[in-house]
Amino acid sequence: MILAWLILIPLATGLLAGAAGMWRPLSARLVALAGCVAQLLLVVALWGQAVSVGAHETWRLELTDVPWIPELGISFRLSADGLSLVLLALTAVLGLAAVLASWREIQQRVGFFHFQVMLVLAGVTGVFLAADLFLFYFFWELMLVPMYFLIDLWGHERRHRAAVKFFLFTQLSGLLMLVGILGLVFANQGHERTFSYQDLLAVQLAPAGALALMLGFWAAFAVKLPVVPFHTWLPDAHTEAPTAGSVLLAGLLLKTGAYGMIRFCLPLFPQTLDWAAPVFMALGVVGIIYGAVLAFAQTDFKRLIAYTSISHMGFVLIGVYAGNEIALTGAIVQMICHGLSTGGLFILAGALQERLGTRDLGRMGGLWSSAPRAGALAMVLAMASLGLPGLGNFVGEILVIVGAYAVSPGVAVGAAVGLVFATVYALWMMHRVFFGRPREGLRLRDLGQREVAVLGALVALLVILGLHPQPVIDMTQSTVSAIQSRIGAAQVDAERELFYEQPPNGMDSGIKWRSRWGDRP
Amino acid sequence: MTATVSPVLVLALAAAIFAVGLVGVLVRRNLFFVLMSLEIMLNAAGVAFVAAGAMRSQPDGQVMFLFIVTMAAAEVALGLALVLQLYRQLHTLDSDAAGEMKG
Amino acid sequence: MKGGPWAGLLMFIPALPLLGFLLLALGVGRRSRWLVTAVGVGSVALSALLATELGLLFGYLNPARANVDVDWGSWLSVGDFRPTFGLYLDALSLAMVLVITVIGLLILVYSSRYMAEDPGYRRFFAYMNLFVGSMLVLVLADNLLALYLGWEGVGLCSYLLIGFWYQDPANSRAAIKAFLVTRVGDAALAVGIALLFTQFHTLQISELLRRAPEVWPVGAPLAVAAAALLLAGAVAKSAQLPLQTWLPDAMAGPTPVSALIHAATMVTAGVYLIARMHALFLLAPTVLALVAVIGAVTLLLAGCAALVQRDLKRVLAYSTMSQVGYMFVALGVGAWGAAIFHLVTHACFKSLLFLAAGVVIASLGEERDLFRMGGLRRSLPVAFGTFVVGGLSLAAFPLITAGYFSKDLILYSAWTSPQGSVWLWGAGVVGALLTSLYIFRVIFLVFFGAQKRQPERVGGLALEVPLLILAALAVAAGWAKGPLTAWLATALPPVAGATPASEMGLSAIATVVSLAGMALAALLYFRLPARVALWAQSSGPEVVRRLWRAGWGFDWLYDRVFVRPVVWLARVNRGDVFDDGFRAAAEAVELASRILRRTQTGRLRWYAAGVALGAILLVALMVVRP
Repeated sequence: MILAWLILIPLATGLLAGAAGMWRPLSARLVALAGCVAQLLLVVALWGQAVSVGAHETWRLELTDVPWIPELGISFRLSADGLSLVLLALTAVLGLAAVLASWREIQQRVGFFHFQVMLVLAGVTGVFLAADLFLFYFFWELMLVPMYFLIDLWGHERRHRAAVKFFLFTQLSGLLMLVGILGLVFANQGHERTFSYQDLLAVQLAPAGALALMLGFWAAFAVKLPVVPFHTWLPDAHTEAPTAGSVLLAGLLLKTGAYGMIRFCLPLFPQTLDWAAPVFMALGVVGIIYGAVLAFAQTDFKRLIAYTSISHMGFVLIGVYAGNEIALTGAIVQMICHGLSTGGLFILAGALQERLGTRDLGRMGGLWSSAPRAGALAMVLAMASLGLPGLGNFVGEILVIVGAYAVSPGVAVGAAVGLVFATVYALWMMHRVFFGRPREGLRLRDLGQREVAVLGALVALLVILGLHPQPVIDMTQSTVSAIQSRIGAAQVDAERELFYEQPPNGMDSGIKWRSRWGDRP
Repeated sequence: MTATVSPVLVLALAAAIFAVGLVGVLVRRNLFFVLMSLEIMLNAAGVAFVAAGAMRSQPDGQVMFLFIVTMAAAEVALGLALVLQLYRQLHTLDSDAAGEMKG
Repeated sequence: MKGGPWAGLLMFIPALPLLGFLLLALGVGRRSRWLVTAVGVGSVALSALLATELGLLFGYLNPARANVDVDWGSWLSVGDFRPTFGLYLDALSLAMVLVITVIGLLILVYSSRYMAEDPGYRRFFAYMNLFVGSMLVLVLADNLLALYLGWEGVGLCSYLLIGFWYQDPANSRAAIKAFLVTRVGDAALAVGIALLFTQFHTLQISELLRRAPEVWPVGAPLAVAAAALLLAGAVAKSAQLPLQTWLPDAMAGPTPVSALIHAATMVTAGVYLIARMHALFLLAPTVLALVAVIGAVTLLLAGCAALVQRDLKRVLAYSTMSQVGYMFVALGVGAWGAAIFHLVTHACFKSLLFLAAGVVIASLGEERDLFRMGGLRRSLPVAFGTFVVGGLSLAAFPLITAGYFSKDLILYSAWTSPQGSVWLWGAGVVGALLTSLYIFRVIFLVFFGAQKRQPERVGGLALEVPLLILAALAVAAGWAKGPLTAWLATALPPVAGATPASEMGLSAIATVVSLAGMALAALLYFRLPARVALWAQSSGPEVVRRLWRAGWGFDWLYDRVFVRPVVWLARVNRGDVFDDGFRAAAEAVELASRILRRTQTGRLRWYAAGVALGAILLVALMVVRP
């Protein structure tokens, strides 16, 4: 039941905030804040519970017996494991940051705004918890609508266009996923009809069918992640969204794409990896370099940050498909740290826009002298995004590089080249915004206590994750090894089919196999 | 009185009347005449029904004709009311003048 | 030896400066400069004290068995990827620690006066403490990932300190260049780490060095690849060809920064890395030969470039490049100990030269142009005296200076080592001529001749005491040649299979060459400066001078080959070609809608015609198709 609360809290406080906003804007903010804090506390409590279980047992929390449409085998199934919990923690932290970041920025329809924000949070939480494919699709779409409104109602100059583009991309790809889900459910012949994730894991698929269904799922996740060349909604949406919208988009919605790949594409269709993994890893390398080069060329601060996200998500894509524990763990760490660092950068960009009235890098410069606190925090965030050791993003990136090297040195080299390009855009951004002589009459009010507190907390988390990422790694370890063993088992099956007509008896336990996927022998 | 007319000829007549009506609808701009042309087309359809009924020696064709007559009466009533309203609004019966629904 | 009674002390050496950084960054001393100095200098002073104590203890015990390996806790652990924050102390890292803390302390004391008027005083000390801490992590790390942490950390500090005076965009650009060029090497190093981990499933340096020779035969392709990747990292950090271009621009930073980071410590990190991983390089003879060639070429090119610079600090920068080239030559011929010995003496005399130059520059109001200086020997006696001592040591003045002993050892090894050759030795000797020529050119231009400007009085004990101590070290470090090389031999194997040669004879040749350089400089810049100036303006030398002054045009080349194409590509593609595809799809839909909209004329007869046409078509279809 506690899992349902995780979704209900943001829903309920969202509704309440919407109602309270009609009476007084401040009360809407406070209600939303209280909702985020409550969710964070709940996640912390769950984390404590998960840690106390100990390293030997796998922690898992489930809510199963709430039927929804029993005729079709759809029910309200929720399930949390280590991976979900880590991402829920990110959701709670960034939700809090988003509400605090829009404290001054949003002055119109405050109640409705917070309703939408909380609705997005509820949707994201649901995505991370759903253990029923239909429910998953429901939450997937639930994230989309309020985000559309956030961009369209409170965004910047070209918000309508960006909102429609965002909607079209995600909706179209979401429908492909729906087709994939239905295909998978109908492929499950000889059983009672069910949408349950656990049951569908057992479906046996022909290779061609598996590939088609996998691509259906993958399309939705690839658009969300985003994978080049399906990324072009992202710069527009991130740039035009209000600060809270950008934080939620970059920090959480992109992560749902990666989460979907880890949760669905890998374990449901392990037999497709032989074909898919090299292609997707190559796309990851392309994304890293392409995103970084484009980021460097941008003149709009938020657009620059948006392209860095594309670059960073390339690492996640490589990590997910490198097919070993190290790289997959790296991808997860990278997801968390990218959420924190890019969320921080968007909050900073929002603060600058609020003060200067522009996002144009050409009209900034020399801001360090009037706003040293903003400069120092921006420096740490820029260093995080170029992958400086000691900050969390480095841990993710080096794990991905080391893991990918074992599979394909070329991919590792490509990712490392991405590190060089990351240096270019991160330093160029600092140069354009904070260094140089301040422009005539350009003086900036430095960050206030609220902003310093939010950004300081994000930076502190990044440093902690950079020097001691072990709690996150341990938490996700059981999920990661479960997925790896599934992939490995599929590989063994494939090889066995290749070498033996019939699996000989007694080979199950002692079989020695060499494989790129899964743990080393 | 068993001198019969070939049903094919009757069908040809129906087609001719229909064509006259259709041309009337297409070329006349006066709504009043358009309405009259529609009536002609309806009657052409009626003639075709009767002929077809006669060909198969079934009464259905004549039943359909009665339906058409009834419907035509209703249609004329509604159509004339609309034409009247249109004339009050636009002070003309030109159908092209009423092109406000242009996409 | 695991642990040991003083092992606990070891972690304080890097921890103290890092703690100092944390305090300063969090706002300690926002109102009181005194507090900033106390934290900034005090933390490094304590580190230096601890390091000295450890050094004494270390020397007291048998160094060969006194290596300390302290596990400072796990960093992360995924599968068998388990880097730690372990520290490893042997003679090599102890030598580095002593250089970093002692010279760092002297430079920080100097800075407390030199930077006193700067509004960014606290920021400066915070960065410097972070640098010292990171550098100590680099040299003490017992595994490659922790080394990489320090490696990138010093790169960050170098970036921050080069761009310290951020109001001038040129400084910021120089900082970006430095970080970017070194990052190229860092990326290669990261791939090298991935390679080594994939092969050995460990990143412990001692483990790697033990297992590599067991697994790989000499010349194994993977060993060559690994060594080459590490070399790329080292070359970038140590400003060797072909990634040397950032160092001269890095002189945009405050002078103490140039002394500490870009002369004494960070640029020698590459030398440290190769010496630390020497067993790996021995498995890749081609890469080792490449190390020597890179060193030799760099020392010659940089020496030529240093001859013609107008900017005092740029002369010193090219000189640093050239001296690090000597160290690379020593590494390339397997004389690890000689390289580290030269690293130590170079740290002493080059930081001395920078600090003395800093006094000159500050006294002339940030004037760096050599040709606007002159005759300063009377008005700045301490700077003059110490600069000359540093210059003599750099030019390897025989028998009394530290530079003589270390450079002599390198030249001797280059001749006698089996990997050495007469060419390497010859390059070193020509380099020695260039060295004494360019440094005495500076001395004569700055301190002799007519006084062009009256310098302001800058001074005080905080400036002069570090200068004097460093001057003493720049001489005395050479007398420690015997014990120091013996000591380093416990961590680094000596040159194997050297052919004996007359040390006296080789040394005599080098000495004569070096003295000749000084004499030539005296002739050209002291006796006949006017005639030299006239000759240099004639067209032939002018071309050479412009080429050399621009550092052989590498900047020009890289700008055209790398920078401009990437920038051009980024500019051209600013709108994102993929987006063009989607935009085209959107426009196609819109075009179709516009065409179809044309059919909605609002004319009754038009619609009626449509209905009629449709009906006819349907009938026709029925008739034709049956």
